[in-house]
Amino acid sequence: MLTITTPLSDTDLLALESAKVVDARGSACPGPLLEAKKAMGTVQVGQVIEIWSSDAATKGDISAWSTKVGHVYLGCLTGEGYERVFVRRQK
Amino acid sequence: MSESVSLVLFSGTDDKLHAAATIAAGASAMGRPVNVLVQFWALDAFRKERIALDHGLAFDAVRPGSTTATVPAGSLPWAETFRQAKELGDVQIRACSASMALFAIDLSELDPLVDDVCGIASFFLDVGDGSLVFI
Repeated sequence: MLTITTPLSDTDLLALESAKVVDARGSACPGPLLEAKKAMGTVQVGQVIEIWSSDAATKGDISAWSTKVGHVYLGCLTGEGYERVFVRRQK
Repeated sequence: MSESVSLVLFSGTDDKLHAAATIAAGASAMGRPVNVLVQFWALDAFRKERIALDHGLAFDAVRPGSTTATVPAGSLPWAETFRQAKELGDVQIRACSASMALFAIDLSELDPLVDDVCGIASFFLDVGDGSLVFI
């Protein structure tokens, strides 16, 4: 059974320190997802990565991917024409 | 029921190749093994000297009255998406031996994305009880 985590509040998201920021703005699906997967390999367990994307599908994709492979999808903040998606490496 | 995603890739136009690469990449990112069997027009598109060229669009795209969008803005070329899919997960790309004979192609003429040549039974051994789609 896959557990869906509750996203963090905006305040909590803003307070996060990302170990890595992936700027995938301008990239279309599956680009941001592949970038996220690559970036995950460069940070340690427990650390947070942040993916910036202008593609509306990204946050759903990252959430589904996190659930499937065992990381923690933390939530998403909206920027100017893009979204900041936060994931914590869990394994 | 196996998690693997298998794909018989028959079509050789950029729009369908892009769709196929996206399926492979998405499955690969989700940790699902991917098996691709490249046949017919797709095989021709995987030739070393052709892979980076314009492969045009499917009939649906060029019908009168249809919008001629190709792939979404900001997309990687389909071959690059396949490359990344391979780097990030278990993706096997095999050339159909019958199509190789039909087009008189040798494995050495194909882009390194293609791992080897196989027959239909070998491919079905890879498919197992995983899902299978045809593009």
